[in-house]
Amino acid sequence: MSSRGQIFGIRLFSVLMVLVLWEIIARSGLLYRDVVPSLIEISMALKNLLSSADTYIHIGWTAWEVALALGIGGIAGIAAGIVLGANDLLRRAYEPYLYYFGATPKLIFFPVMIMWFGIGPSSKIALAAVSCFFPVALSTLSGMRGINPVFLRVGKTFRANLWQTVGKIYLPAMHRPILTGLRLGLGLAVVVTLLAETKLSNQGLGYLVIQAFTIFDMPRMYALLLTIFAFAIGANVLLARLEGGRGGTRVGFSSGY
Amino acid sequence: MSVRSTKLVPIAIGLTTVFVVILLLEFLISVDIIDRFLMPPPSDVFGAFGRLFAQENVVNRFFVTAGETLAAGFLLAIFGVAGGALLFRFTILRSAYETWIAALAAAPVVLSYPLFLVIAGRGSATVILVAFLAALPAVILKTLEGFSQTPGVYVLVGKSLNASRWQIFSKVMFPAALPSIFVGLRLGLLFAMLNIVGVEFLINTGGLGQLVNELSERYDLAATYAAILCVILVSVLFFTASEWLERRLRRVT
Repeated sequence: MSSRGQIFGIRLFSVLMVLVLWEIIARSGLLYRDVVPSLIEISMALKNLLSSADTYIHIGWTAWEVALALGIGGIAGIAAGIVLGANDLLRRAYEPYLYYFGATPKLIFFPVMIMWFGIGPSSKIALAAVSCFFPVALSTLSGMRGINPVFLRVGKTFRANLWQTVGKIYLPAMHRPILTGLRLGLGLAVVVTLLAETKLSNQGLGYLVIQAFTIFDMPRMYALLLTIFAFAIGANVLLARLEGGRGGTRVGFSSGY
Repeated sequence: MSVRSTKLVPIAIGLTTVFVVILLLEFLISVDIIDRFLMPPPSDVFGAFGRLFAQENVVNRFFVTAGETLAAGFLLAIFGVAGGALLFRFTILRSAYETWIAALAAAPVVLSYPLFLVIAGRGSATVILVAFLAALPAVILKTLEGFSQTPGVYVLVGKSLNASRWQIFSKVMFPAALPSIFVGLRLGLLFAMLNIVGVEFLINTGGLGQLVNELSERYDLAATYAAILCVILVSVLFFTASEWLERRLRRVT
C-alpha cells in the first residue's frame, strides 16, 4: 500500500527529475538555447516579472475583464437556465441550441466582437461573457431538473410571488449546480480572455505573453505562463472548495472553450 | 397529444425562433436600425457562402481542420488511454499524479501556443501539438475513472477462472472501462477540435480558423459571418456525430 511518505517521495523525485533534465538540455545545446532557457534565467525573469509594478496593472486588467465577463455571462446564464427549466416546452425547444452553441469555439466570434465593441477591453469582456454563458446556463438547467417539486408546491401554498420563488426556492436549492457552472464558466472566461488578448490588445496578461514572443524573450514567456497557470489552478481549487466536496480533484476542463 | 407531435412541437418552436430572428435582423438592418457595417444583412451572409466555396476552398479547409483533429485524436487515444491505464495499474503513481493532472486540466494550456510556434514553427504541427496537450488531461482522467469503476466482482470472476493478469486486463477490465474511455475520447476530440480552430484563428494558418481570420482582416464582413456560420455548422455536426457514435458503441459494448 502506498504511504504518504512514498507519494511525497515520488512527487519530489519527479519535480527534481524534470528540473535536472531541463537544466541538462538547456546547457547541452541540443535544442536551441532560447527554446529551453536555463532555470536560472527563468527564475530571474520570474523575479523581474513579479517585482515590477507594471505586471500587476496588467494582471488587474485581465482580472477585471474576466470578473465582468463572469458577472454578465453568469447572470444571463442563470436567468436563461431558470426560465428554460421552469417551462418544459421552452426547455425542449431551446436546450439543443444551448448544447450546439456550447460546443463551438467562441474565439472565432472575436472579429465580430471587435466590430461591435471596439479593440479595447469591451470586446474581450463580451467574448468571455458569451463563453461563460453556456456552461452556466446548462448547469443551472440541469439543476432546475433536480429541484424537489415539494419545495415548489410549498412555495405555491404560501403564495410566493415570482421573485420570492426564484430567490427563496430556485437559487438556494441549486447553489451547487450553479457554482459548478460558474467554475466551468470562469475557466472558459480566463482562457478566452487571455487568448483574445494575445490576438489584439495593448494590455493584460495575454498581451504580455505575445509581447514576450514578439521580442523573443523566452525566459519571460516561461515566467508569464507559470504565473498564469498558478493563478488559474489556484482559482479553480478555491472555487471547488467553495462548492464543497473533494477540493483539488474536481476537474475544470479549461480546454473546452 | 400523440407522442410524435409532442416531439415535433419543441423542434418546430426552435426552428421558428431561428427563422424569426433571421427575418427580424434582415428588417432591422434594412431600415438602418442596426448598422450594416457592424452586421451585414442575413441575405448577404447567405449569398457569401457561394464565395466561400468558389474562392476560399472551404471544402479543403474543412479537411485540413478535420485532419488535424484526427491527428490530435490519434495521439490522445494512444497517450491518454495509456496514461490512464498506467495510473490505474500503479496506485502509487495515481496518488502522486492524479491531482496534478486535474490541476493541469484547469490550466489554460492553449495559451502556451507561442512557445510551440518557436519550437515547431507556424504550421499544422503546432496546431496539433497544442490541441493534443490541452485535451490530454481530460482523456487521462476519464480513462482512469473508467477503470476505477469496474465492479470488483468482474475481476473476482476472472480470478476464479484462473485468468492471467493480462487476461484480466484485456478481457475484463478494458471492456468494462470502454464506455468511460469513449466518453473521454469524445470529450478529448471535442476539446481538440475547439483548440485547433482557435489556434488556427490565432496564428493564421491551416483550415477553418484561418479562414475567419483572413476574411475579417480583409474586412469582408458578409463572408466573415458566413465563415463563422460554417465553423458553427461543423462543430454542431461534429458534436452530434460523436454523440451518436458514442450511443452506438455503448449499445455494442
